[in-house]
Amino acid sequence: MAAFLNQLPIGLSIGAVLLLIALGLTFTFGQMGVINMAHGEFIMAGAYTAYLMGGLLPALPVAFLVAGVMGLILERAAIRHFYGRPLDTLLLTWGVSLVLQQLARDLFGAPNVQVPAPSWLAGGVGILPYNRLFIMGLAVAGVVAVWVYLTRTGLGRRTQAVVQNRQLAATSGIDTGRVDMLTFFIGSGLAGVAGVALTLIGPVGPALGTYYIVDAFLVVVAGGLGQLRGAVLAAVALGLLNSYAEFWSDASLAKVIVFAVIIAFLQVRPQGMFVLRSRVLT
Amino acid sequence: MIKRHLPFATVAVIALVAAPLLLEPFRLGLLAKYLCYAIVALGIGLAWGQGGMLTLGQGVFFGLGGYSMAMYLKLNEAGPGGLPDFMVWSGVEKLPALWAPFASPVFAVGMAVLGPVLLAVLLGTLVFRQRVRGAYFAILTQALAAAMVILLVGQQGLTGGTNGMTNFFELFGQDLADDSTQRGLYLVVASVLGILYLATRQLVHSRYGRLLVAVRDGEDRVRFLGYDPALVKTVTFAASAGMAGLAGALFVPVVGIISPALLGVVPSLELVVAVAVGGRHALAGAVLGAVVMGYAKTAFSEQFADGWLYLQGALFILVMTLAPKGIVGVVGRLRRARTT
Repeated sequence: MAAFLNQLPIGLSIGAVLLLIALGLTFTFGQMGVINMAHGEFIMAGAYTAYLMGGLLPALPVAFLVAGVMGLILERAAIRHFYGRPLDTLLLTWGVSLVLQQLARDLFGAPNVQVPAPSWLAGGVGILPYNRLFIMGLAVAGVVAVWVYLTRTGLGRRTQAVVQNRQLAATSGIDTGRVDMLTFFIGSGLAGVAGVALTLIGPVGPALGTYYIVDAFLVVVAGGLGQLRGAVLAAVALGLLNSYAEFWSDASLAKVIVFAVIIAFLQVRPQGMFVLRSRVLT
Repeated sequence: MIKRHLPFATVAVIALVAAPLLLEPFRLGLLAKYLCYAIVALGIGLAWGQGGMLTLGQGVFFGLGGYSMAMYLKLNEAGPGGLPDFMVWSGVEKLPALWAPFASPVFAVGMAVLGPVLLAVLLGTLVFRQRVRGAYFAILTQALAAAMVILLVGQQGLTGGTNGMTNFFELFGQDLADDSTQRGLYLVVASVLGILYLATRQLVHSRYGRLLVAVRDGEDRVRFLGYDPALVKTVTFAASAGMAGLAGALFVPVVGIISPALLGVVPSLELVVAVAVGGRHALAGAVLGAVVMGYAKTAFSEQFADGWLYLQGALFILVMTLAPKGIVGVVGRLRRARTT
């Protein structure tokens, strides 16, 4: 029973990290139809920012900015020429991701580095270690911030309009290009924050992003495109499923089980938990 | 008629006659390896170029084929009642039941193709029936590739873990280290590729091929016309999986190793990129891309290992932005520019 309960904070914190990563993906994917494989490298950039700065709290805003600006550059320099060709963006951004990984290897060396955890995060309450709690808190803060942004600010409402119907939004006078830039900035920034969070539970290496990007995309698929609620539920579910599948079977079967569960889930809800209703037909 | 078949005939003569005569055994072996990849790429060209299904998990099917073949080779060398070397090292004492039937070469080669086909039919039926498509499908196939690698690494006693299986000595009674065996294998690989290429081209030019392109360009409209797009896609996906499986089975005796690193997310994506570089809309482009990228990888990573990733990354970015139709597209454009 104790072992069973111990998996809970692990699963929840993995879910929290996945959520921070998937928030950016679900909006870039849902709003622009972009599959950004380089998103994983923004996580890595955030983690190395924490490594360079050595402090957890000051690293958070800086990592957000670093990853956000990287995303902004990627969007402006390359991705915006690819709107409407989602599968091409996947290959393009994979190329970017390869370059960024190699760059990290040249800058920081191939071996993993460790970021010392701050002393005030040692220990915990009951079965909840403070570092895992901190990560969950970070994800909650991220979701609240995104929710406030989307529903309470003018820019956020415009973002929602573009997600729901790009053409109609554009004809209503919304500068969709600006909205796209901003979405990319915020989404990539959140990946940077996720990277800082990851330094609390493991070492940092050039391939850090590749371990999370596939799962984060599964969150998007299971949660539904551009859906905040869906991303939250799917991320938590996937985090828990991952950690409990490892607990009940073994680590090597866990991913296969997760995959099977997702395929089974798509039989019931092919477009994810929440679907944006539209009458558009391809 | 003759003119239409001339390019293929020329390439076939070069591949089957000139290459074995002119290339030293080491280079011929490398070419055989690229041609194995070209078989996988042909399947990707069919599924993605013609059918619009971006499959990022062909490594899974390639791996199923490769592991089937490797299991047969290992059992054959261990002899009746013997255990493969890696099982002895990892402390397995009894041959696992999963392995037993692979002592038969017919079963092993059959499974190398049938296994991937069955998995693709299962996945395709579940996914395409629910109208899961486009990027969703790509993500799911990628997740499958990731899961497969973790499974293979974890089941050390069954699969050889991270190291996979290597040290193969004979195939159907032939010494694998012998140059003439390797030359024979090369000829088999080249012939299989040629036959599959012709068959796939025939398929693409048939009514079925038109339907496939129609599904790619407007799946809902095809459905309104009374066809079943899910069936069309599943059949194509299964065909491409079968090709990848066969390529895997050929790859093992040619290269002499199969391991999880050869079939994960990255190798699967690399082949898709090779198809993009060659030209996804033409089957010849897929084959060409696989050979060119295979050669480039060997040539560049021999000289500067670190630079290769930069180069590869930069290459994709350039190809995707400047020449989305790949080499075939560029050649076509040049040819049109000359005639007009």
